[in-house]
Amino acid sequence: MAQGVNDAVPTQTLDPVQTEAADRISMATQWQLMWWRFKKHRVAGASGIILLGFYLIVIFAEFFAYANPLESEAQRSLLPPQPIHWFDQGQFSPHVFALSGRRDPQTFKRVYEVDPNVKIPVRFFTEGFEYKLLGLIPANRHVIGVDPPYRAEDTIFVFGTDLNGRDLWSRLSYATRISLTIGLVGVALSLFLGILLGGVSGLYGGVIDTIIQRVIEILRSIPTIPLWMGLAAAMPREWPITRIYFFITIIISLIGWTVMARVIRGRFLSLREEDFVTAAELAGASQLRIIFRHMVPSFLSHIIAATTLAIPAMIIAETSLSFLGLGLRPPAMSWGVLLQQAQNIQAVAISPWLLIPAFPVIIAVLAFNFLGDGLRDAADPYG
Amino acid sequence: MANQERPILSVKNLKTYFHQDEGTVRAVDGASFDLLPGKTLGIVGESGCGKSVTARSILRIVDRPGRIEAGEIILRRQLANGQAEEIDLTQLNENSREIRSIRGDEIALIFQEPMTSFSAFHTIGNQMIEAIRLHRDASKKEARAHALEMLRLVGIPNPERRIDEYSFQLSGGLRQRVMIALALSSDPDILIADEPTTALDVTTQAQVLDLMRHLQQERNLSIILITHNMGVIAEMTDDVVVMYLGRVVETGPVEAIFHSPKHPYTQALLRSIPNILAEPRTKLATISGSIPHPYNRPRGCPFYPRCPEFMPGVCDTYEPQLQSLAVTDQRVSCFLYHQPLPDQTTEQQDHRG
Amino acid sequence: MLAYIVRRFFVAILTVVAAAILSFIVMQLPPGDFVTSYTALLQAQGTVLTAEDQEAIRIQYGLDRPLYIQFFRWVEQMTKGNFGISFEYNRPVTEVIGDRLMLTMVVSVAAIIFIWIVALPIGIYSAVRQYSIGDYIFTFIGFLGVAIPNFMLALIMLYVGFKYFGAQQIGGLFSLEYQIEPWSWAKVWDLIKHLPLPAFILGMAGTAELIRIMRANLLDEVRKPYVVTARARGLAETRVILKYPVRAALNPFASTVGYLFPFIVSGSIIVSLVLSLPTVGPLLFKALIAQDLFLAGTILLMLAVLTVIGTFVSDLILMWIDPRIRFGVEGER
Repeated sequence: MAQGVNDAVPTQTLDPVQTEAADRISMATQWQLMWWRFKKHRVAGASGIILLGFYLIVIFAEFFAYANPLESEAQRSLLPPQPIHWFDQGQFSPHVFALSGRRDPQTFKRVYEVDPNVKIPVRFFTEGFEYKLLGLIPANRHVIGVDPPYRAEDTIFVFGTDLNGRDLWSRLSYATRISLTIGLVGVALSLFLGILLGGVSGLYGGVIDTIIQRVIEILRSIPTIPLWMGLAAAMPREWPITRIYFFITIIISLIGWTVMARVIRGRFLSLREEDFVTAAELAGASQLRIIFRHMVPSFLSHIIAATTLAIPAMIIAETSLSFLGLGLRPPAMSWGVLLQQAQNIQAVAISPWLLIPAFPVIIAVLAFNFLGDGLRDAADPYG
Repeated sequence: MANQERPILSVKNLKTYFHQDEGTVRAVDGASFDLLPGKTLGIVGESGCGKSVTARSILRIVDRPGRIEAGEIILRRQLANGQAEEIDLTQLNENSREIRSIRGDEIALIFQEPMTSFSAFHTIGNQMIEAIRLHRDASKKEARAHALEMLRLVGIPNPERRIDEYSFQLSGGLRQRVMIALALSSDPDILIADEPTTALDVTTQAQVLDLMRHLQQERNLSIILITHNMGVIAEMTDDVVVMYLGRVVETGPVEAIFHSPKHPYTQALLRSIPNILAEPRTKLATISGSIPHPYNRPRGCPFYPRCPEFMPGVCDTYEPQLQSLAVTDQRVSCFLYHQPLPDQTTEQQDHRG
Repeated sequence: MLAYIVRRFFVAILTVVAAAILSFIVMQLPPGDFVTSYTALLQAQGTVLTAEDQEAIRIQYGLDRPLYIQFFRWVEQMTKGNFGISFEYNRPVTEVIGDRLMLTMVVSVAAIIFIWIVALPIGIYSAVRQYSIGDYIFTFIGFLGVAIPNFMLALIMLYVGFKYFGAQQIGGLFSLEYQIEPWSWAKVWDLIKHLPLPAFILGMAGTAELIRIMRANLLDEVRKPYVVTARARGLAETRVILKYPVRAALNPFASTVGYLFPFIVSGSIIVSLVLSLPTVGPLLFKALIAQDLFLAGTILLMLAVLTVIGTFVSDLILMWIDPRIRFGVEGER
């Protein structure tokens, strides 16, 4: 019978492989690890690039639009999309066909015919309507256009025109700017509220935590869209667009913050118990230092992922409200406003291109979701 | 009986590998041992040495991406006509009826985590009755009666009430007993116990081990006991298998292992047990170095980087094989006792394996 | 277990109170009050109210009192069954709402049932056959489901229905013959036949999310020891998966579905607008535009109350199927 009662073999922990690769891993910073994992996620990477493209349009919306989005012209109303033809008898020469319109004698509707004999060349980086680049620098160059005496507004209709004869592509370009920035602003507000309330809740616990938790639960049990509709409908019609924009973002983020707050509270709660926090406390670090130097860095990546995942909800919220006519209104342009004209089935049946603004919504939401997923996976380098 | 000397389970050169993107983990790399009927075989080694994977390989429940690459697992059964039949478990399909009828019925497995070994959403009775009816024709009533009997057998007080309870309503020790009851409800010939007492406190541990010994005597049960606790080995087992990095480095009767360990690893294990009679302030002996990374195993003998008897040129080139010693019943895998054969370098073994 | 029920009930009550306050605030937000709208209504009918008349009515209805008193009066009236008058329709609010509230709930519940029926098996399949083609297809559809807002899906389906089937209106809740008929079993059956499409449109996003959740949870559970022991006992693989880890993964699944209920009710508002369903959505919309205070406020409050009830019921069901809560073991998981 052996002596020695209890445990025995000391269990050895596994050392990292003593090769270069292992060294790299053990010396990498948190952000490097995150980036390496993120790179593996090809879909997320592709989504990131797509979103960069979107935000490029956001910044240079006027440049990407070739027709003045505010200019209405009844004669051009509801034109179907006219493709740009890239080759003319084998040679690279982009052009569009001229449209000649006449009134159908029987239906009295305006009918447009494509005249393939008149080819209007399309140029790149030409001059068009005037605008201010980045709001400051006067400019008039656009991505494509036509030479005088033709005007882009009368000739190029890549996505067709809407009820008021305004080019859809150009309007879409402007609308992208509004829709995507509202998303960001709304999320920023939600994030702020979420960090504030979630942080307080998670750090201090006790009664404050219980109260905030109950509030969150209550808010999340009330159906949001009717509430939004109520709040949005209460905004006076006369308000300037910017003020409406501002209030819409507030309304949207008022409900969105609950999700953020929960995530952040959860993180703080679990981190509070971590040994490294106790170690910092024992070493004499102040509360603030512990929070910002020790706790926040360990969940910052999760916050970034959660924020990215929250943006689509904002975009959909604004699009929904504007679609109903309760959010932004013309002459403002957002994806939802553009979709207002697609509200009734008859209009859509005759002019299905009015549904085109739905696609950037879907693509943007998908892209943010993939990106957010990729970030979230990458944010757990050890998990 | 003539069968007493023939092992009821024979593992021969078992190799179970996990093929992953980053590399191949050789969880079990050539393990061989025998289990004699009515006896207890202990498998001991550090975490990660392949003990659990061996147990799972026997029952063919290795998780993907693990696969049995080579070797044999021979189960020996008594047929109705008195003849003996041998069947190689590695040849059976993982989800086949044959292996499923062996699982639970001829070979049973109990785990170290009684807390999580039961479904929290089904009563104990439900799980026991299901197991019983799986392997024999019995009505629900009959199965329930049998289950109650088993619970009584393992010493559960008030079994009529307990059988309808959920696992989280029982204490750890009771849960482990229920595990044993479940495992034995189909009257298996072999019981594999994977760290059955690690999660229990010392008193409960003693009770459970007592129970196992008692049941073994009653039913002529053959037990494979997997643990890293040398004390349990000393108390419970008849024969011992020492594993390191997926290989068996030494086997033998328990007295021989404890009183004259041959392999340097076994010696180091025994040395590291704290001795109550030692001088105060004696430093605890440890085994120097640490287990190498699974993707980065050394050439030759797996233990050589930590071996105090390391012989350069030999131990780091050739792979030792398990060989019997002349005098005792022990088998050792070490060049202290055998000469390496020229065709036994690591590279050649890899190609062969 | 009792403590759990009491707690949930308490929260439910608080939520109803909060909803009442919020609805009241929304009612009060537009400029003017009941009398202003009433005056405008009478004016359209040709009657003119003098300033004194208006003041008299204000006093009569207690509109000169501070807001919180008005709030309590409103609540008091509601407990007596008086929900106010709709200006637009010049009838009591309850009459105007009629069946619509109930139909809203019917459609919402139908969407929940849809989610259960579709997401559960697909989620299980995706987990068990991870990385198979089926898994990828479902994951992709799932992503689409999340990305396409429900009203957009409704629009697209409307378009497809019109273009290829010549349908003027798809998705309505009743066939033409039954629309104004009083209730009968035949009408109920007609309703059920019409439910799948709105249920699909409403439930699509939720289904996508739940497939992911079921897949993730099941993948987690399948690695756990109790599954290995089940396999070690000799159970067939199908039974091992379906009986044990699925049962464990069912809990987070069920609780997430319950959590979705407010979103579904919420979504039904917009979808019903697009599809012109006879539910509360179009009514609320018009009421808000027309500043029909009592109608809008009542609808808002009722929606919240019904949602709270639905969530509470779902909590009860969850509690009932989880033995850990039933036997009061907290912190076990």
